[in-house]
Amino acid sequence: MVHVSATPVLALRGVSKRFGAVQALTDVDLEVHAGEVVALVGDNGAGKSTLVKTIAGVHPIDEGVIEWEGKAVNINRPQDAQALGIATTYQDLALCDNLDVVGNLYLGREILRVGVLDEVTMEKRARELLNTLSIRIPSVRIPIASLSGGQRQVVAIARALIGEPKVVILDEPTAALGVEQTAQVLDLVERLRERGLGVILISHNMADVTAVADTVHVLRLGRNNGSFPVKGTTNEQIVAAITGATDNAVTRRQARNVEAAK
Amino acid sequence: MSDKTTLSKADDEPPVDEMAPAAVEVVDPRLLIREEGLKGYLTEFKRKLKGGELGSLPVIVGLIIIWTVFQIKDSLFLSSTNMVNISFFLAATGMIALGLVFVLLLGEIDLSVASVSGLSASIFAIFSTTHGMNVWLALILTILTGVGIGAIHGFFFAKIGVPAFVVTLAGNLGWNGLMLWLLGSTGSLSIQDTGPMHILGQRSFFMDQDIAGAYILATVGVAALLVGSLVEQARRRKAGVPFRPTSEIALRAIALAVVAYVAAYVLNKSAGVPNALVIFLVALVICDFVLRRTTFGRKVFAVGGSIEGARRAGINVALIRIAVFAISGGFAAIGGLFLAAQTYTATLAAGSGNLLMLAIAAAVIGGTSLFGGRGNVWSALLGMLVIQSIQTGLDLLNMNTSIQYMITGAVLLAAVVIDSVSRRTQKTSGRA
Repeated sequence: MVHVSATPVLALRGVSKRFGAVQALTDVDLEVHAGEVVALVGDNGAGKSTLVKTIAGVHPIDEGVIEWEGKAVNINRPQDAQALGIATTYQDLALCDNLDVVGNLYLGREILRVGVLDEVTMEKRARELLNTLSIRIPSVRIPIASLSGGQRQVVAIARALIGEPKVVILDEPTAALGVEQTAQVLDLVERLRERGLGVILISHNMADVTAVADTVHVLRLGRNNGSFPVKGTTNEQIVAAITGATDNAVTRRQARNVEAAK
Repeated sequence: MSDKTTLSKADDEPPVDEMAPAAVEVVDPRLLIREEGLKGYLTEFKRKLKGGELGSLPVIVGLIIIWTVFQIKDSLFLSSTNMVNISFFLAATGMIALGLVFVLLLGEIDLSVASVSGLSASIFAIFSTTHGMNVWLALILTILTGVGIGAIHGFFFAKIGVPAFVVTLAGNLGWNGLMLWLLGSTGSLSIQDTGPMHILGQRSFFMDQDIAGAYILATVGVAALLVGSLVEQARRRKAGVPFRPTSEIALRAIALAVVAYVAAYVLNKSAGVPNALVIFLVALVICDFVLRRTTFGRKVFAVGGSIEGARRAGINVALIRIAVFAISGGFAAIGGLFLAAQTYTATLAAGSGNLLMLAIAAAVIGGTSLFGGRGNVWSALLGMLVIQSIQTGLDLLNMNTSIQYMITGAVLLAAVVIDSVSRRTQKTSGRA
């Protein structure tokens, strides 16, 4: 079994984030250990993407603490997150259409040889990386514009792995993919876990979540709504937490009845 | 950044399996693998044309048409003396266009370059003539002034968020006003024909008109291309990544050799290669290197391709923007000095007229996209060849300025039309 370390690599404690009049996140906690896949689930507008963006440094947090390997850190810019070892693949990919695959993979952390771009080494490593991930693209030297949506997605994920990160955040990585590509991405997630990386996986697809995740973390309306180990938790329980089915008039009445019966 | 390399076959590759035991080289079965050798080169070329990647082709066709038309109208047009003229005069506006290429790669525009070039001439004249400053020091200070002005434009654009065309339009008026104010009392200042300004002038030729000079330049250029390509090929072969076939390298080297030696021969029949052109060519080589081989260049292309993508990759977008506008300002100042060296005066008319339009037209005609992210510095040279040929040809035919303006305007529009249409074709064939 995969070893899960005691101190989480990344921990969020009581994180809150406001956008004007909207309280996007309220008092959210989250822990990611090395070699653990944490699925972050929730309905649209639950705050998944906002949470990911606070971790990635796109939106600085308003309140709360982000801990990295047990120490409190400030993440105010994407560069801060990158420097810590947090790599993020966004839903909108954010690739440069005019650059080729190699250029995109190494954008922002180019390999240099006497101060000059080392295209040969970058191309060689890019091919190796894509091959080990069994990613099919026509050539590493064609512009991203020529690739299909699924191909762009795998390039974006591969790009997250270039900087040898410790935590990888995948925002809806399988949303645009076909059956085989989805399986490939899930394989890829498992390989990341084997390498001892912490993975935060955002997904709407329960099958994907139960297939690869160790822990499922549910957000609802910007708040924590339960954290479940995948083993021993049914899909219904997770879905109930997502939709808030556990928190309504019926369940509250039942809870009161149970208490009254005591 | 070229995708012209062939894909080596899968079984040539050493299998790489560090993480996944079953990982093998996967080649997409739908991929059109290019054939080896010359035939592959030709099919690739045809495919690119159909896909709207016209590259330099419209310019070269346009240039042939322009030269043919003017030669028919005036037999002096293709004479050696006239070619020396064209090659000398294209350097000045070419320098300004070179700076604009950087801005266009970001998908922005700098409308202030003509005013900045005029201002730089008068600043240089005040430093060197009025105050008797050392010409080299004056030269450096003038260029730095241009860089500073560009950085100011960049600051307002990148940090304050004012659209670049408004900032530089304001700059266009403002810096022109500053120049008029500086020259106000005298109207014009003379510049001495010494030192660097002599080198930039019309009577200065590479290796003092020695016939060997032009051939040395041509040989250096061809040798550099050949050696560079072969070294790269060897490195790629060793690393096991696709490389350019030797036949393609030979073809490119031969093409450059033909152009370079014919140009050298023609220019040598008259006075040789003007030093202004040599400096322009050196600047082109340096800028090409910076854009294609350094992280800075990669960042410029990235910002031009996707601002959000660049920002998420940790690129300081504001800094790149400021730097690019500073480069544009710097080259505008250099271009202004080149222009001043043509007459050895800083005049009130410097930087006026159609200079701005010519510089923009040159960059766009040469194939740098107005929409950002695509282009190269050689478009400044190719575009200027077209523009200067038209200018010189119309001068030879004693055409009125009015006609010149109309024709240049039409050529600029044609270039932008080609850019827009080719971009649309590239979109439909999935390449933009």
